[in-house]
Amino acid sequence: MKIKVIGGICLLLIALVYSCQSDSSIEFKQYYSVGSGVYQAHCQNCHGAKGDGLAGLIPPLTDTAYLKANRSALACMLQNGLKKSISVSNRSYDGQMPASGLTPMEIAQVATYVANSFGNKLGVITVDDVGVDLGKCN
Amino acid sequence: MRRLFGGILLVLIFSACKSNSDKKTLPIYGQRQAVTKTVNGQQVTDTVYQSIPAFKLVNQYGDSVGSKNLQHDIYVADFFFTSCPSICPIMHRNMLNVYKAYKDTADVKIISYTIDPKHDTVPVLKNYADKLGISGNSWWFLLGDKDAVYQLANNYLVGVSEDKTAPGGYMHQGYFVLIDKQQHVRGSYDGTDPKQVEQLIADIKVLKAEPASK
Repeated sequence: MKIKVIGGICLLLIALVYSCQSDSSIEFKQYYSVGSGVYQAHCQNCHGAKGDGLAGLIPPLTDTAYLKANRSALACMLQNGLKKSISVSNRSYDGQMPASGLTPMEIAQVATYVANSFGNKLGVITVDDVGVDLGKCN
Repeated sequence: MRRLFGGILLVLIFSACKSNSDKKTLPIYGQRQAVTKTVNGQQVTDTVYQSIPAFKLVNQYGDSVGSKNLQHDIYVADFFFTSCPSICPIMHRNMLNVYKAYKDTADVKIISYTIDPKHDTVPVLKNYADKLGISGNSWWFLLGDKDAVYQLANNYLVGVSEDKTAPGGYMHQGYFVLIDKQQHVRGSYDGTDPKQVEQLIADIKVLKAEPASK
Protein backbone atom coordinates (compact mmCIF):
# COMPACT_ATOMS: atom_id res chain seq x y z
CA MET A 1 0.00 0.00 0.00
CA LYS A 2 2.74 2.39 1.08
CA ILE A 3 4.76 1.62 -2.04
CA LYS A 4 1.76 2.34 -4.22
CA VAL A 5 1.30 5.73 -2.58
CA ILE A 6 4.97 6.63 -2.94
CA GLY A 7 4.94 5.39 -6.53
CA GLY A 8 1.88 7.48 -7.23
CA ILE A 9 3.48 10.57 -5.77
CA CYS A 10 6.61 9.98 -7.82
CA LEU A 11 4.58 9.63 -11.01
CA LEU A 12 2.72 12.82 -10.21
CA LEU A 13 6.01 14.64 -9.64
CA ILE A 14 7.44 13.39 -12.92
CA ALA A 15 4.29 14.44 -14.76
CA LEU A 16 4.51 17.85 -13.10
CA VAL A 17 8.13 18.37 -14.06
CA TYR A 18 7.42 17.22 -17.60
CA SER A 19 4.45 19.52 -18.07
CA CYS A 20 6.46 22.38 -16.61
CA GLN A 21 8.81 22.25 -19.60
CA SER A 22 8.15 25.53 -21.29
CA ASP A 23 6.93 25.69 -24.85
CA SER A 24 10.19 27.34 -25.87
CA SER A 25 12.18 24.37 -24.57
CA ILE A 26 10.09 21.96 -26.65
CA GLU A 27 10.51 24.23 -29.65
CA PHE A 28 14.26 24.24 -29.08
CA LYS A 29 14.39 20.47 -28.93
CA GLN A 30 12.43 20.12 -32.14
CA TYR A 31 14.71 22.52 -34.01
CA TYR A 32 17.83 20.96 -32.52
CA SER A 33 17.01 17.33 -33.21
CA VAL A 34 15.89 17.88 -36.81
CA GLY A 35 18.88 20.21 -37.27
CA SER A 36 21.22 17.41 -36.27
CA GLY A 37 20.03 15.39 -39.28
CA VAL A 38 20.34 18.39 -41.61
CA TYR A 39 23.90 18.89 -40.34
CA GLN A 40 24.85 15.29 -41.05
CA ALA A 41 23.42 15.46 -44.56
CA HIS A 42 24.70 18.87 -45.64
CA CYS A 43 27.54 20.07 -43.41
CA GLN A 44 29.38 17.18 -41.82
CA ASN A 45 31.46 16.18 -44.87
CA CYS A 46 33.37 19.43 -44.65
CA HIS A 47 32.96 20.64 -41.07
CA GLY A 48 33.27 17.21 -39.44
CA ALA A 49 31.18 15.28 -36.93
CA LYS A 50 32.74 17.27 -34.09
CA GLY A 51 32.59 20.60 -35.91
CA ASP A 52 36.37 20.70 -36.05
CA GLY A 53 36.64 21.68 -39.72
CA LEU A 54 39.67 20.57 -41.72
CA ALA A 55 43.06 22.03 -40.82
CA GLY A 56 43.51 25.41 -42.55
CA LEU A 57 41.09 24.57 -45.37
CA ILE A 58 37.69 24.49 -43.68
CA PRO A 59 36.93 26.55 -40.57
CA PRO A 60 35.83 24.87 -37.34
CA LEU A 61 32.44 25.61 -35.76
CA THR A 62 33.93 25.52 -32.29
CA ASP A 63 34.88 29.21 -32.09
CA THR A 64 32.09 30.27 -29.71
CA ALA A 65 33.05 33.94 -29.89
CA TYR A 66 32.81 33.94 -33.70
CA LEU A 67 29.39 32.28 -33.68
CA LYS A 68 28.10 34.61 -30.99
CA ALA A 69 29.24 37.67 -32.94
CA ASN A 70 27.80 36.32 -36.20
CA ARG A 71 24.59 34.79 -34.86
CA SER A 72 22.36 36.84 -37.13
CA ALA A 73 24.68 36.40 -40.13
CA LEU A 74 24.48 32.59 -40.02
CA ALA A 75 21.27 32.40 -42.07
CA CYS A 76 22.77 34.31 -45.02
CA MET A 77 26.01 32.26 -44.86
CA LEU A 78 23.96 29.07 -44.94
CA GLN A 79 21.70 30.20 -47.77
CA ASN A 80 24.25 31.84 -50.07
CA GLY A 81 27.53 30.24 -49.07
CA LEU A 82 30.72 32.23 -48.49
CA LYS A 83 33.17 33.65 -50.98
CA LYS A 84 35.05 36.12 -48.84
CA SER A 85 37.92 35.23 -46.57
CA ILE A 86 36.91 34.94 -42.91
CA SER A 87 38.91 34.80 -39.71
CA VAL A 88 37.99 32.08 -37.24
CA SER A 89 40.01 31.11 -34.16
CA ASN A 90 42.78 33.53 -35.22
CA ARG A 91 43.20 31.79 -38.54
CA SER A 92 42.12 33.06 -41.93
CA TYR A 93 40.11 30.83 -44.25
CA ASP A 94 39.82 31.81 -47.91
CA GLY A 95 38.13 28.77 -49.45
CA GLN A 96 34.61 29.00 -50.78
CA MET A 97 31.58 27.56 -49.06
CA PRO A 98 28.91 26.52 -51.54
CA ALA A 99 25.32 27.73 -51.22
CA SER A 100 23.34 25.13 -49.31
CA GLY A 101 20.03 25.03 -51.13
CA LEU A 102 18.28 24.63 -47.76
CA THR A 103 14.82 26.01 -47.01
CA PRO A 104 14.47 28.75 -44.35
CA MET A 105 13.07 26.12 -41.96
CA GLU A 106 16.04 23.82 -42.52
CA ILE A 107 18.38 26.79 -42.11
CA ALA A 108 16.74 27.57 -38.76
CA GLN A 109 17.03 23.94 -37.66
CA VAL A 110 20.68 23.49 -38.62
CA ALA A 111 21.61 26.94 -37.28
CA THR A 112 20.01 26.00 -33.94
CA TYR A 113 21.94 22.73 -33.98
CA VAL A 114 25.30 24.35 -34.71
CA ALA A 115 24.67 27.29 -32.36
CA ASN A 116 24.10 24.80 -29.53
CA SER A 117 26.72 22.18 -30.30
CA PHE A 118 30.53 22.06 -30.31
CA GLY A 119 30.66 24.25 -27.18
CA ASN A 120 28.20 26.88 -28.44
CA LYS A 121 25.14 27.80 -26.36
CA LEU A 122 23.19 30.44 -28.26
CA GLY A 123 19.64 29.13 -27.82
CA VAL A 124 17.01 28.56 -30.47
CA ILE A 125 17.19 30.32 -33.85
CA THR A 126 13.61 30.19 -35.13
CA VAL A 127 12.33 30.26 -38.68
CA ASP A 128 11.06 33.78 -37.91
CA ASP A 129 14.55 34.88 -36.89
CA VAL A 130 15.89 33.36 -40.11
CA GLY A 131 13.26 35.20 -42.14
CA VAL A 132 14.36 38.52 -40.66
CA ASP A 133 18.08 37.72 -41.09
CA LEU A 134 17.65 36.63 -44.71
CA GLY A 135 16.03 39.98 -45.49
CA LYS A 136 19.36 41.62 -44.63
CA CYS A 137 21.70 39.49 -46.78
CA ASN A 138 24.25 41.36 -48.83
CA MET B 1 20.71 -33.34 -32.81
CA ARG B 2 22.62 -32.06 -29.88
CA ARG B 3 25.68 -33.99 -30.97
CA LEU B 4 25.44 -32.45 -34.41
CA PHE B 5 25.45 -28.98 -32.89
CA GLY B 6 28.42 -29.92 -30.77
CA GLY B 7 30.23 -31.13 -33.86
CA ILE B 8 29.49 -27.97 -35.80
CA LEU B 9 30.62 -25.87 -32.86
CA LEU B 10 33.91 -27.78 -32.68
CA VAL B 11 34.53 -27.32 -36.40
CA LEU B 12 33.78 -23.64 -36.09
CA ILE B 13 36.13 -23.21 -33.17
CA PHE B 14 38.91 -25.03 -35.02
CA SER B 15 38.48 -23.02 -38.18
CA ALA B 16 38.39 -19.82 -36.15
CA CYS B 17 41.66 -20.77 -34.46
CA LYS B 18 43.24 -21.59 -37.76
CA SER B 19 42.43 -18.29 -39.42
CA ASN B 20 43.69 -16.48 -36.36
CA SER B 21 47.03 -18.20 -36.34
CA ASP B 22 47.59 -17.72 -40.07
CA LYS B 23 49.71 -14.70 -40.71
CA LYS B 24 47.74 -12.14 -42.69
CA THR B 25 48.85 -11.44 -46.21
CA LEU B 26 47.20 -8.92 -48.49
CA PRO B 27 45.73 -10.06 -51.80
CA ILE B 28 46.98 -8.76 -55.15
CA TYR B 29 44.14 -7.10 -57.05
CA GLY B 30 43.54 -6.68 -60.76
CA GLN B 31 44.07 -8.87 -63.77
CA ARG B 32 46.71 -11.56 -63.83
CA GLN B 33 48.35 -13.64 -66.52
CA ALA B 34 50.23 -16.91 -66.41
CA VAL B 35 53.47 -16.53 -68.33
CA THR B 36 55.60 -19.52 -69.21
CA LYS B 37 59.24 -18.93 -69.91
CA THR B 38 62.44 -20.93 -70.05
CA VAL B 39 64.87 -20.38 -67.22
CA ASN B 40 68.11 -22.37 -67.19
CA GLY B 41 66.69 -24.86 -69.68
CA GLN B 42 63.56 -25.48 -67.59
CA GLN B 43 60.02 -24.40 -68.30
CA VAL B 44 58.80 -22.13 -65.54
CA THR B 45 55.29 -20.76 -65.26
CA ASP B 46 54.94 -17.51 -63.40
CA THR B 47 52.00 -15.28 -62.62
CA VAL B 48 52.28 -11.72 -63.85
CA TYR B 49 50.06 -9.36 -61.88
CA GLN B 50 48.54 -6.10 -63.00
CA SER B 51 50.80 -3.23 -62.02
CA ILE B 52 50.78 0.55 -62.14
CA PRO B 53 52.48 1.68 -65.38
CA ALA B 54 55.30 4.22 -65.40
CA PHE B 55 54.19 7.84 -65.10
CA LYS B 56 55.76 11.27 -64.80
CA LEU B 57 53.88 14.24 -63.34
CA VAL B 58 54.53 17.43 -61.37
CA ASN B 59 54.16 17.72 -57.59
CA GLN B 60 53.09 20.64 -55.39
CA TYR B 61 56.67 21.95 -55.32
CA GLY B 62 56.78 22.14 -59.12
CA ASP B 63 59.21 19.20 -59.27
CA SER B 64 58.89 16.62 -61.99
CA VAL B 65 58.34 13.29 -60.22
CA GLY B 66 56.90 9.92 -61.06
CA SER B 67 56.94 6.17 -60.70
CA LYS B 68 60.77 6.19 -60.71
CA ASN B 69 60.71 8.06 -57.39
CA LEU B 70 58.36 5.45 -55.92
CA GLN B 71 60.25 2.29 -56.87
CA HIS B 72 61.27 1.57 -53.30
CA ASP B 73 58.10 2.79 -51.63
CA ILE B 74 54.78 1.53 -50.44
CA TYR B 75 52.23 4.20 -51.20
CA VAL B 76 48.58 5.12 -50.89
CA ALA B 77 46.96 6.78 -53.91
CA ASP B 78 43.74 8.73 -54.25
CA PHE B 79 42.04 11.01 -56.79
CA PHE B 80 40.63 14.41 -55.80
CA PHE B 81 40.38 18.07 -56.76
CA THR B 82 40.95 21.05 -54.47
CA SER B 83 37.60 22.73 -55.16
CA CYS B 84 35.66 19.50 -54.55
CA PRO B 85 32.62 20.26 -52.41
CA SER B 86 31.50 16.68 -51.78
CA ILE B 87 33.65 13.81 -50.53
CA CYS B 88 37.18 15.25 -50.77
CA PRO B 89 37.22 17.07 -47.42
CA ILE B 90 36.22 13.94 -45.55
CA MET B 91 38.69 11.85 -47.59
CA HIS B 92 41.57 14.14 -46.75
CA ARG B 93 40.50 14.46 -43.12
CA ASN B 94 40.91 10.67 -43.01
CA MET B 95 44.08 10.71 -45.13
CA LEU B 96 45.61 13.08 -42.57
CA ASN B 97 45.50 10.15 -40.15
CA VAL B 98 47.51 8.04 -42.61
CA TYR B 99 49.93 10.96 -43.03
CA LYS B 100 50.36 11.37 -39.28
CA ALA B 101 50.94 7.63 -38.84
CA TYR B 102 53.66 7.36 -41.52
CA LYS B 103 55.11 10.79 -42.23
CA ASP B 104 58.38 9.83 -40.58
CA THR B 105 58.57 6.44 -42.31
CA ALA B 106 60.87 6.84 -45.28
CA ASP B 107 59.37 4.14 -47.52
CA VAL B 108 55.68 4.97 -47.07
CA LYS B 109 54.18 7.78 -49.15
CA ILE B 110 50.84 9.28 -50.12
CA ILE B 111 50.03 10.33 -53.69
CA SER B 112 46.94 12.45 -54.40
CA TYR B 113 46.24 12.94 -58.10
CA THR B 114 44.19 15.97 -59.07
CA ILE B 115 41.54 15.27 -61.68
CA ASP B 116 41.09 19.00 -62.36
CA PRO B 117 44.47 20.12 -63.74
CA LYS B 118 42.93 23.23 -65.27
CA HIS B 119 42.15 24.72 -61.85
CA ASP B 120 44.65 22.86 -59.67
CA THR B 121 47.91 24.43 -60.80
CA VAL B 122 51.15 24.01 -58.85
CA PRO B 123 50.55 27.10 -56.64
CA VAL B 124 46.97 25.97 -55.94
CA LEU B 125 48.20 22.52 -54.92
CA LYS B 126 50.98 24.02 -52.79
CA ASN B 127 48.48 26.29 -51.04
CA TYR B 128 46.16 23.33 -50.46
CA ALA B 129 49.01 21.26 -48.98
CA ASP B 130 50.10 24.17 -46.77
CA LYS B 131 46.57 24.70 -45.49
CA LEU B 132 46.28 21.02 -44.77
CA GLY B 133 49.51 21.24 -42.77
CA ILE B 134 51.54 19.04 -45.13
CA SER B 135 55.27 19.56 -45.48
CA GLY B 136 58.17 17.52 -46.81
CA ASN B 137 57.92 14.77 -49.38
CA SER B 138 55.78 12.10 -47.76
CA TRP B 139 52.53 13.38 -49.31
CA TRP B 140 52.62 14.53 -52.91
CA PHE B 141 49.80 16.25 -54.75
CA LEU B 142 50.35 15.45 -58.42
CA LEU B 143 49.31 17.33 -61.49
CA GLY B 144 49.55 16.22 -65.08
CA ASP B 145 47.89 15.76 -68.41
CA LYS B 146 44.23 15.07 -67.74
CA ASP B 147 43.89 12.09 -70.07
CA ALA B 148 47.02 10.49 -68.64
CA VAL B 149 45.74 10.89 -65.07
CA TYR B 150 42.30 9.52 -65.96
CA GLN B 151 44.00 6.54 -67.63
CA LEU B 152 46.09 6.03 -64.50
CA ALA B 153 42.91 6.00 -62.40
CA ASN B 154 41.83 2.91 -64.34
CA ASN B 155 45.07 1.21 -63.37
CA TYR B 156 44.35 2.01 -59.73
CA LEU B 157 40.82 0.60 -60.27
CA VAL B 158 39.28 3.97 -59.37
CA GLY B 159 36.48 5.48 -61.46
CA VAL B 160 36.82 9.17 -62.39
CA SER B 161 35.13 11.28 -65.03
CA GLU B 162 34.21 14.82 -65.89
CA ASP B 163 30.52 15.35 -65.20
CA LYS B 164 28.85 18.72 -65.50
CA THR B 165 25.94 17.57 -63.32
CA ALA B 166 28.12 16.44 -60.38
CA PRO B 167 28.88 18.90 -57.57
CA GLY B 168 32.07 20.70 -58.58
CA GLY B 169 31.94 19.32 -62.14
CA TYR B 170 33.76 16.02 -61.60
CA MET B 171 32.71 12.55 -60.56
CA HIS B 172 35.16 10.34 -58.75
CA GLN B 173 35.26 7.45 -56.36
CA GLY B 174 36.76 8.01 -52.94
CA TYR B 175 38.99 4.97 -52.75
CA PHE B 176 42.39 4.96 -51.06
CA VAL B 177 44.46 2.45 -53.03
CA LEU B 178 47.40 0.68 -51.41
CA ILE B 179 50.35 -0.01 -53.75
CA ASP B 180 53.33 -2.19 -52.89
CA LYS B 181 56.97 -1.82 -53.91
CA GLN B 182 56.32 -3.92 -57.03
CA GLN B 183 53.57 -1.47 -58.12
CA HIS B 184 50.81 -4.01 -57.46
CA VAL B 185 47.43 -3.01 -56.08
CA ARG B 186 47.22 -4.60 -52.63
CA GLY B 187 44.17 -2.98 -51.12
CA SER B 188 41.33 -0.58 -51.76
CA TYR B 189 39.61 1.29 -48.95
CA ASP B 190 36.67 3.67 -48.79
CA GLY B 191 38.41 6.94 -47.97
CA THR B 192 35.22 8.42 -46.52
CA ASP B 193 34.94 5.71 -43.87
CA PRO B 194 37.24 6.23 -40.84
CA LYS B 195 37.04 2.51 -39.95
CA GLN B 196 38.31 1.40 -43.37
CA VAL B 197 41.07 3.99 -43.19
CA GLU B 198 42.10 2.55 -39.83
CA GLN B 199 42.28 -0.84 -41.57
CA LEU B 200 44.48 0.74 -44.26
CA ILE B 201 46.85 2.09 -41.62
CA ALA B 202 47.07 -1.42 -40.13
CA ASP B 203 47.49 -3.08 -43.54
CA ILE B 204 50.47 -0.85 -44.40
CA LYS B 205 52.23 -2.50 -41.44
CA VAL B 206 51.40 -5.95 -42.86
CA LEU B 207 52.80 -4.90 -46.23
CA LYS B 208 55.95 -3.49 -44.65
CA ALA B 209 56.54 -6.83 -42.92
CA GLU B 210 56.42 -8.71 -46.23
CA PRO B 211 59.72 -10.25 -47.42
CA ALA B 212 61.51 -7.88 -49.79
CA SER B 213 61.40 -9.98 -52.97
CA LYS B 214 58.09 -11.25 -54.18
